[in-house]
Amino acid sequence: MSPSEVLDRVQERLAPLVSESSFSHAMLVLVLPPDRLLDLVQVLKVEFQFDLFLDVTAVDWPGQQPRFEVVYHFYSTQHRVRLRVKTRVPEEDPGVASLVSLYGSAAYMERECHDMYGIAFRGNPDLRPILLYEGFVGHPLRKDYPKDREQPLVPYRT
Amino acid sequence: MASKAIPFGPAATFEYISTKKDELVGWARKFSLFPYPFVTACCAMEFMAVSSTPYDTDRFGAALPRFSPRQSDLLMVVGTVTHKQAPILKKVYEQMCEPKWVMAFGACATSGGFYQNYAALQGIDKIIPVDIYIPGCPPRPETVIDGIMKLQDRIARSKHPILTKNF
Repeated sequence: MSPSEVLDRVQERLAPLVSESSFSHAMLVLVLPPDRLLDLVQVLKVEFQFDLFLDVTAVDWPGQQPRFEVVYHFYSTQHRVRLRVKTRVPEEDPGVASLVSLYGSAAYMERECHDMYGIAFRGNPDLRPILLYEGFVGHPLRKDYPKDREQPLVPYRT
Repeated sequence: MASKAIPFGPAATFEYISTKKDELVGWARKFSLFPYPFVTACCAMEFMAVSSTPYDTDRFGAALPRFSPRQSDLLMVVGTVTHKQAPILKKVYEQMCEPKWVMAFGACATSGGFYQNYAALQGIDKIIPVDIYIPGCPPRPETVIDGIMKLQDRIARSKHPILTKNF
């Protein structure tokens, strides 16, 4: 199958599950509610051989509801095609299912995303800080984190 | 003809010189700087350039990097220091024996450079005392050599008490 055929089939198969599917720079983008994420990614992995978990990150849209957009990228080493999956979670409960059960490599990337945006990945067994340090308060890549707020570990000289 | 010859042999060696203790110790110390490179970022490339043959800090007696803080007396902080790294830098500084000097190499070590965010320490002088600041992003090798020479001048001119409260 050519890459475009794969994407056509993905779109056809998943149309009932997603709330939106479109193309951005020749990459298929699927938008879906957070509670369907795990099922849909399972379909992508098992039926369409999206075997490589590239990244998970988030986007903070201050003032919008829901506030956070969690963005996943997948790659199929068999079909050589990429895919983007987005889901939106509200500020009060920024939680989404962890993909650790499907992709082991998701563990560290979800930890980083949890550090920077405070997205709670339910089912990830270890969400300790990975880039930040113990005792860091807040999530520095959220738009409401002051850009010059420092949390030093060593007391400053006076 | 023989009477005009330059004196040579045991009779010509001097038996004592007179100088000040601080000048003598300062002269010795300024030409035996053993740097500890605390290298964290892209300034490392400039550090390598200035250490190696074309610029050659060995000419100034400041070339032999000691990778143990206990054996070194010049802490060169080369690159950005983050808050997460600050405790390590502090520990390295505290492990160095007196006398010791600190060089902030480049804009980031001096002031945080263009980083002003949750991660970057806004200059290493927030946590340890600094003797010499090298500007530039990254500094030109000439700037570094100038900094080393200025530090050497300062060492030569300063007091060198043999016993201090730290030593």
